[in-house]
Amino acid sequence: MAMPQGHRRFSWIRLRNRVWGVISNPFNMIVLISLVMLFCLVIIPLISILRTTFTLARADVRRAGGTAGDFTLYYWQYLLASNMSTSVLWRPLTQSLTIAFFTCIIAVPFGSLLAWLMIRSDLPGKKALNYLILIPYMIPSWCKAIAWLSVFRNSRGGAPGFLEGLGLTVPDWLAYGPTAIISVMVLHYYAFAYIMVSSTLRSVNSELEEMGEIQGASKLQIIRSITLPLVLPAVLSATIMTLSKALGGYGVSANLGARINYYTLAMRQHDFVDGNSKNLGYAMSILMVIMASGTLYANSLMTGKRKSYATIGGKGSRSISLSLGRAKTPLMIILMVFLVVALVVPLFILLMESFQITTGGGYAPSNLTLYNWIGELKDAPEGIQHVGIFKDSNFYSSFLNTIKLTIVASIMTAFFGQMFGYISSRGRGKWYGMLTEQLVFIPYLIPAVAFSAIYLAMFSVSHGPIPSLYGTFTLLVIVSMVKHFPFASRTGTANMMQISVELEEAAEVAGASFWRRIMSIVMPLSKNGFMSGFMLIFISIAKELDLLALLMTPKYRTLSFLAFSYSTSAQAQMSDACSICMIVFVMLTYWFSNKVLGADLTKTWG
Amino acid sequence: MSKIELKHIDKYYGSNHVLKDVTLTIEDGDFMTLLGPSGCGKTTTLRVIAGLEKPQNGVMLIDGKEMINAETAFYEMPGKRGLNLVFQSYALWPHMTVFNNIAFGLKIKHIQKQDIQSMVMDALEKMRIAEFRDRYPNELSGGQQQRVAIARAIASRPSLLLLDEPLSNLDARLRIDMRAELKRLHNEMGTTIIYVTHDQVEALTMSTRIALFSAGTLVQTAPPLELYTNPATLMAAEFIGNPRINFVAGKASCVNGRLTVQSDIGEYSFTEDIDLQEIPGGDFEAVLALRPEQIDIDVEPHDGYIESSVFASQPAGSETLLSIQCGKEQLLAKQIGIRDYSINQKIYIGFDPRKINVYSKESGKLLKHVRITHQ
Repeated sequence: MAMPQGHRRFSWIRLRNRVWGVISNPFNMIVLISLVMLFCLVIIPLISILRTTFTLARADVRRAGGTAGDFTLYYWQYLLASNMSTSVLWRPLTQSLTIAFFTCIIAVPFGSLLAWLMIRSDLPGKKALNYLILIPYMIPSWCKAIAWLSVFRNSRGGAPGFLEGLGLTVPDWLAYGPTAIISVMVLHYYAFAYIMVSSTLRSVNSELEEMGEIQGASKLQIIRSITLPLVLPAVLSATIMTLSKALGGYGVSANLGARINYYTLAMRQHDFVDGNSKNLGYAMSILMVIMASGTLYANSLMTGKRKSYATIGGKGSRSISLSLGRAKTPLMIILMVFLVVALVVPLFILLMESFQITTGGGYAPSNLTLYNWIGELKDAPEGIQHVGIFKDSNFYSSFLNTIKLTIVASIMTAFFGQMFGYISSRGRGKWYGMLTEQLVFIPYLIPAVAFSAIYLAMFSVSHGPIPSLYGTFTLLVIVSMVKHFPFASRTGTANMMQISVELEEAAEVAGASFWRRIMSIVMPLSKNGFMSGFMLIFISIAKELDLLALLMTPKYRTLSFLAFSYSTSAQAQMSDACSICMIVFVMLTYWFSNKVLGADLTKTWG
Repeated sequence: MSKIELKHIDKYYGSNHVLKDVTLTIEDGDFMTLLGPSGCGKTTTLRVIAGLEKPQNGVMLIDGKEMINAETAFYEMPGKRGLNLVFQSYALWPHMTVFNNIAFGLKIKHIQKQDIQSMVMDALEKMRIAEFRDRYPNELSGGQQQRVAIARAIASRPSLLLLDEPLSNLDARLRIDMRAELKRLHNEMGTTIIYVTHDQVEALTMSTRIALFSAGTLVQTAPPLELYTNPATLMAAEFIGNPRINFVAGKASCVNGRLTVQSDIGEYSFTEDIDLQEIPGGDFEAVLALRPEQIDIDVEPHDGYIESSVFASQPAGSETLLSIQCGKEQLLAKQIGIRDYSINQKIYIGFDPRKINVYSKESGKLLKHVRITHQ
């Protein structure tokens, strides 16, 4: 077949028109800017960190021999094949994998089941349940770790927790280590599976299931052979996401593991980067990226090309409810009890602990105080050198930082997310669309701690016109932004796919310029999706600890970090108080955006 | 009020060649329908004309002004081509009222506010939907949305109006009403209209000319009656007409300008209306094509009538369709009114040989056409 534009003689006019055609179209310029931006923020950091792991650092000159800046295999050798390998790499790796594995096999089926019950069954009390189910997502995972401690802490961790206070002995294996870490992670990450599977289920036309019913399939058969295969891609995505998060999670394991010297990969890596062996930490980050890519590759092998099904038909978006029959009430009660035990009780204990003088000392008036909230030094109990958080200027500056960072970073992230989403949805099947989609996805593969390590390495020195950003607010914003690009662009793509290209073409034919089309057609129509996407990112950044822990400097401490540092210095009540402020802040924001601006988290995944 | 010339247009999607060397001229004031089965390239042609697709080869002129020149990579922007488009999906902006949907394009053209007001109302009144001006698209029925989409396209008084299967989402009755309405609109405004459809009834009833597409190629351009009477190829003959045309296999030869065809429905010789250039030499396979309404049926034998039997009869009130077994061939005949035949009943069929089209089986080309006489 003759190829388009086969043998055509060179012509200046043609060249001029072609160049002009590319330049004068703002869409091309946006694509160009996005690609350059993604290259600088995603590819360059990755390359630079890889290079660092082969370059000898000054601090290691004496141990490794040679001169600073030399090419070296020292770091990789130390990690992979030295007498230290077992304790710095293999054991933490095994422990990380154990945690990630158990978290996945419990959290994903549980979240998916919840999603099915909520979307497809006639479970009573759905409205209240939906809110309760989403609360865990809004509470930072480290807050849950702290809540766990406030219940199970034993004498090893300083002041006793709730159960010890009742006179029970809490063994270490329950209070700290893998059991505790997995439990807390499951309680947190089931929300991923819930959000992703429920938005897929919502889009599956229930006529597909009704057809199965007409053919005489039983409820179980329908679920097994129609519903499950249709949501499988979403379930697998949720698995990968949970796996990646659990592998890279630092906050939960650090709170619950460090006390009994239970180290995960993320903890080791964090300590390396925070300490004197930065390059070792970077090498470890690369290993974590490779592991995450491996899980992703496995995912694509399993789902093959059928990443998602076109499940949306023009008609019949009405969703039927499969009757649960007599199981209805017991199921709801079980769910309610679960949610109360898993959420309400720990939150209550967390709240109460912030009023206690001695943690675990019961709720008698003699053990209750407002000191942790509003106390001043002159009233301080023995051994306490902190003022109550509301009297502490650190608290206000941290809170302010959190609000500032969250608002600035999430607005920018959501904006870029919509832009990338626009490019990928309008460039479906074209090279720039696919490239954008792939580049934007890379930060997803990099565990949070590794990600901040990379940025720390990149920006702690100046590069040409870019000054050293270490310890600046800008760096916090950039890191939060780039790390959330995958989410943001995913919600952006889902949002943009809903705006038919023909709506834009109709405006184009009417003579509207690109910017006019964006302003008058795309923006007004993507408003709700933008809000939901914004909320998803907002919550995620507000509670972020793993990502920012390495980058914290006194000036720009966030509330999450303040709570974390109280917790590690055995100031449980202070930590509780900060956590509560955090939770209230996130929930108020969600409530506001949900009621006033129409954001809905379960609809962001598209 | 525009003349459109497409010259040697090629359009590829990747290596998929969707428009193959399309050359088409649409005269000023034409109601040109692009007709063909789905996937034949008719919508792509429309989008090329609108400026939503850039062809890899070819030139397009509107009123002599160059709009596309692939050689110099020049593509005029859609908004500057003086045309408007009605989408199959209507593509009404859901966040704007009917009024604002229509006013949008006028605002872009920096038209005075009072003029916009009067132009929008004018378009709304023309489409008889003035009372819906403050509604949102989702508060309207399909037929009303369709009217808004057309009103939006005609408000700026474009010299060229493009319509992409605009009636396909309407129910049968509304479709007939809208056909009449569009025909009137064309008449009143005098605008050149290019209309895409796969529905041949729409094409035959509305157009001044039809361009028939097949697999990315333009097969034939002709006025509706001409296209119906003399389809240029066997494929075109098969596509146009409902119930479909009868094909009868035959053996043919041409000696001294006399084309002779032997078949199960008899032997025929033609000296007039034949295209000698297309006729192969020697004996060759031919196909006789005869429209169902050209077949006359009688229960008594007649001179020149052929004995046949009734295979099945389908009376449908205003007309009766009759499947006839004639030798080894099965023919379809259409008679006006209700007729009653029983299965296997013996009948006699006759027709005017001048109403037969003859095609070459090998090339599929028309060898002998039917002279068009207006009764």
